[in-house]
Amino acid sequence: MSSIPALEIHELRKVYATGVEALKGVSLIVQPGDFFALLGPNGAGKSTLIGIVSSLVNSSSGSVKVFGVDIEQDREAAMRLLGLVPQEVNFNFFEKPFDILCNYAGFYGIARAEARLRAEQELRRAQLWDKAHTMARTLSGGMKRRLMIARAMMTRPRLLILDEPTAGVDIEIRRGMWRILKEVNAAGTTVILTTHYLEEAESLCRNLAIINGGQIIENGPMKTLLAKLDVEGFLLDIDGELPATLPQINGVQVRAEDSHTLDLEMPRAMDLNSVFASLDAAGIRVRSMRTKTNRLEELFMRLTGGKEAAA
Amino acid sequence: MSAISSHPNLTALLTITRREMTRILRIWAQTLVPPAITMTLYFLIFGSLIGRRIGDMGGYDYMDFIVPGLVMMAIIQNSYGNISSSFFGAKFGRHIEEMLVSPMPNWVILGGYVAGAVLRGLLVGVIVLCIAMLFTHVRIPHPLITITTVLLGATIFSLAGFINAVYAKKFDDVAIVPTFILTPLTYLGGVFYSVKLLPDWAQVMTHANPIFYMVNAFRYGLLDSSDVPIGVAYALMIGFVLVLGALGLWLLKRGIGLRS
Repeated sequence: MSSIPALEIHELRKVYATGVEALKGVSLIVQPGDFFALLGPNGAGKSTLIGIVSSLVNSSSGSVKVFGVDIEQDREAAMRLLGLVPQEVNFNFFEKPFDILCNYAGFYGIARAEARLRAEQELRRAQLWDKAHTMARTLSGGMKRRLMIARAMMTRPRLLILDEPTAGVDIEIRRGMWRILKEVNAAGTTVILTTHYLEEAESLCRNLAIINGGQIIENGPMKTLLAKLDVEGFLLDIDGELPATLPQINGVQVRAEDSHTLDLEMPRAMDLNSVFASLDAAGIRVRSMRTKTNRLEELFMRLTGGKEAAA
Repeated sequence: MSAISSHPNLTALLTITRREMTRILRIWAQTLVPPAITMTLYFLIFGSLIGRRIGDMGGYDYMDFIVPGLVMMAIIQNSYGNISSSFFGAKFGRHIEEMLVSPMPNWVILGGYVAGAVLRGLLVGVIVLCIAMLFTHVRIPHPLITITTVLLGATIFSLAGFINAVYAKKFDDVAIVPTFILTPLTYLGGVFYSVKLLPDWAQVMTHANPIFYMVNAFRYGLLDSSDVPIGVAYALMIGFVLVLGALGLWLLKRGIGLRS
């Protein structure tokens, strides 16, 4: 595999005409073949970053290279390597999916005959072939998002960037999109993803960066970052009602969620058996147990100072 | 085997042009029928009914005199209207981003939209000319001048429409220029009268109107008659194409109204 990074961002800054400093010297490297998550609260600078990489936003300073090609010095070559699935639907609603895909390929100089072949392949993969010749405005929200992925894949990009591709779609469609993205990544395409669903990032991505206030505050392998969490939370459903006085367990925060549910927060290294033994001694019998929060969400909330909206 | 064609920019240019033509034909009731109806009414009222009482204009039957001006007016208005509405629509619907993130050079984007607008102008021009044939005998003594004038005129107003669309922030902004600038310039550009009928001061002012030169160059192509030297008309039209084309490319390069 090539040693040239799929994406290399150095000291990227963006100050909008309004004076808002959206990026404050962001540096980031994404290796080829990676499945990379870019997370951050709303207004953190993710969309500005993606906008600059895809040449929709002009940077104030800094550099961006796609597979070693500087987007300022050779924009055409850099854009040929890049595919973008934006946050907002941005195809012509009055065109048909087949035409949208063929025209998009044409913008990249792909001959019409080849574009037609690819359009059928991509629409079939996105399970949209039966909608190929209907007006795009009649597609459902999930179909529109799948169409944007199909469109981006028409040019066989080496780097695919998706800005919240599964926002607002139901779980079945979301999992279908995950399958497509896994296939794309397995075929060698580097994928960068921003998402509101942190479980999505945790299940798909190998590396991640968290951006907040226009700066990268964390960057590394998913496993390493999650290992930094030293506390885990559990919700325990108990038989009967909780006693009026909850047991004191050393090192564990015990709180009643309601009269039938206990909320525990404990060190990751702590033995669960000792906790259950203490509960048993207090006459509390546990019927079932579930993790309180998504682990990545927990990490995210800690790093970004508990801002509610993720990604 | 590389999927990229041997002339990727040409493929991209033809893609935009094809898309524009598909749009024009898909909404034919908005793009092709209205100019046909409007021009039929012009020919009927000004040419046939009122024209009979006017008699000669510039040495020609009044109906013959207004045909070149009305055809040119239709070409100008439709070229301008096509690109301003289509490009602004692409901005408004955000599908302009499909092109902005592509490797297409700016001249291809501009060229594709201008080609689409010029083709609509030509299509409407042919329709209006065919309607004119129902009212009078149309002959074309200078076909080369006729076609080059049409192409230059349509290109100039396509480029102007493009610049309008780049700056436009809402649909009202696209309508302002045609209403307050294009229509007055067209009506005062010698479509319905010879400039020689005007007082001296008005003749001088008319010579500052670019549409006046286009209408007269086109009239020369169809009637062998013009109020201005044909060479001057060509020099001005080519100058406008170069200046507006350069401005359009500069706007795309700077990303004004397109990239934040």
